[in-house]
Amino acid sequence: MHRLPDTYHALKVDAQKCIGCTHCMQSCPTEAIRIRNGLAVIDKKRCVDCGQCLRACPAKAIFVEQDDLDKIKSFKYRVALFPAVTIGQFPENISENQIYDALLKIGFTHLYELEQPIGFLKDSIKEYCRKDKKARPHISTFCPSVVRLIQIRYPSLLDNLIPRKAPHDLGAHLALEQLQNQGAQRDEIGIFYITPCIAKISSVKSPLGEKESIVDGVINMNVLYNKVRKNIRTTDIPDTSDRRETLTRDGILWSLTRGEARHFGERSMAIDGIHNVIRFLERLENEEVPDIDFLELRACDQSCAGGNLTAGNRFLTVERLEHRAKRYESSSKFKDHPIQRLAPKLKSKLISDPIDAKPVFILDRDREKALEKMSKMQRIICFLPGIDCGACGAPNCQALAEDMVNQKAKMSDCVFLQQTWQEENKISTSKALKNMEKKWGKDRFKADCNKRGRRNEGF
Amino acid sequence: MELNFSIEGGDFTQAGQASSRVKKVLKQLGVDPKCIKSIVIALYEAEVNVVAHAHRGQIRIQIEKDKIITIIEDEGPGIPDIALAMQEGFSTASKKVREMGFGAGMGLPNIKKNTNELQIDSVVGESTTVKMVNYF
Ligand SMILES: Nc1ncnc2c1ncn2[C@@H]1O[C@H](COP(=O)(O)OP(=O)(O)OP(=O)(O)O)[C@@H](O)[C@H]1O
Ligand code: SF4
Ligand code: SF4
Ligand SMILES: [Mg+2]
Repeated sequence: MHRLPDTYHALKVDAQKCIGCTHCMQSCPTEAIRIRNGLAVIDKKRCVDCGQCLRACPAKAIFVEQDDLDKIKSFKYRVALFPAVTIGQFPENISENQIYDALLKIGFTHLYELEQPIGFLKDSIKEYCRKDKKARPHISTFCPSVVRLIQIRYPSLLDNLIPRKAPHDLGAHLALEQLQNQGAQRDEIGIFYITPCIAKISSVKSPLGEKESIVDGVINMNVLYNKVRKNIRTTDIPDTSDRRETLTRDGILWSLTRGEARHFGERSMAIDGIHNVIRFLERLENEEVPDIDFLELRACDQSCAGGNLTAGNRFLTVERLEHRAKRYESSSKFKDHPIQRLAPKLKSKLISDPIDAKPVFILDRDREKALEKMSKMQRIICFLPGIDCGACGAPNCQALAEDMVNQKAKMSDCVFLQQTWQEENKISTSKALKNMEKKWGKDRFKADCNKRGRRNEGF
Repeated sequence: MELNFSIEGGDFTQAGQASSRVKKVLKQLGVDPKCIKSIVIALYEAEVNVVAHAHRGQIRIQIEKDKIITIIEDEGPGIPDIALAMQEGFSTASKKVREMGFGAGMGLPNIKKNTNELQIDSVVGESTTVKMVNYF
């Protein structure tokens, strides 16, 4: 079980591959990226793991740390804990049985589609929403990227968050419970979570509102996808349906857009896509929103079907899952099922600690100093061109001014200012070039048809 | 520190610009979120009032270490009876404005609720000046 510092982020920049092209920097919704010495640098405090940068990078330089699949071998009981979207990655002609069979062939001994007992979570959220009157609308904590966003940028909405854990916690507890009932020891059980996104990696490794992670390893969905494809059998496919006995329609749809919203409140809304979420939270914070009971917010377009570590086309994934869900019963049909015996125990595990604010946009803890910096920023802005070109290594002029007052950048970082200074003989041409090289790396400005960044052509 | 904005009457899409900007600034200054919320709500209502009822206006905001002073001055019809206008539900909003979802007569009472000090002065047929002070 992991215990990592609470700002753990799975994203890393590969210095060999990064060409400092600024695409990631421009795409980041929290302005967490700067270019230093020709390379992208991510500010961990500001990053919400939304994966926009990963999608925007043309050089595939932003990558994700992950656990080696071989790690499963060190456990006697090897649990693959995977969300229903995993099944949606595959083309329709590959059946659930074939996928389950391939997972067993890879080396897992137990397979848990993690939304199996979703009814417990659904009830728990319903109960909370009915009782809690302190803030409305209630906001789902399903998407860790959204929760982090609220922590750093919308702390006034923290009370709206529903303190309930994610389906993967539920699935993991169910697996543990059932295996231990069969006589397995906790340290013989390895639970491996198959993740559709980097946000879930970070939240599994340093859980929000939880003390430690229940999961023993995390495997990226796209990596697993390749492994499974290689192990698909076309003859003698075993029947694995007993392993999906408690899977429900609600569970299959849970991680898709409206998967939660459809169950809660008289009036509910579902918003997907990080930029849409931000625009909406701005409004919500200003109370420019009608009376809504429940809000489902997801960082990815098409929710987890569009997760940044998925392999399939998100629209096809949604289509397959919706089609698949029709064959399964709704969770309310499981009221008399023996699994209900586990309800009290599992439900008690679903409650999470309150989530705290992590304001990272404050200029200075000292109000007077912050005001000073703010006034200084306003004066600096008057001199910057307002083109937001990114050539200074900051995403826009405003951000550069902010970096300047925080001593993280200099006036000369602005290429336009520097140009004016040369014109006025305030700085020599060679000094100006040196400044540029510092920011963008040596030799960046020499003519060279094979230099880094050339690969950037025509993507 | 000072911030200035101008508002055009009739353009509802523009209302909220000043309050959004002020919100960002106050967050950077580390002002308590609940306090920011009150300020933003009051400012937004005042902005909408200029858009809905007046011709054009100016917003002048002064931020000090313990308070924010906002003055919204407009050219417009003015308010004949301020005490009446302050009552919940009182509105002279046109049908058109009502159709846009405004005109419940809750703006001024809401401003009152969300500010520490509120002063409204008006010259009928000329202008209205709303001064709000919030302490952090
Ligand atoms: N800036 C202004 N200029 C002229 N009249 C105003 C101004 N602000 C408010 N009023 C008058 O005061 C009345 C009450 O204002 P208030 O903001 O409380 O309600 P409203 O604007 O009519 O509706 P709501 O704010 O709920 O959308 C208005 O209907 C209008 O007659
Ligand atoms: S994951 Fe999102 S928040 Fe983090 S650096 Fe990338 S774009 Fe920015
Ligand atoms: S929407 Fe789903 S896949 Fe995307 S970041 Fe949130 S939890 Fe991850
Ligand atoms: Mg009004």
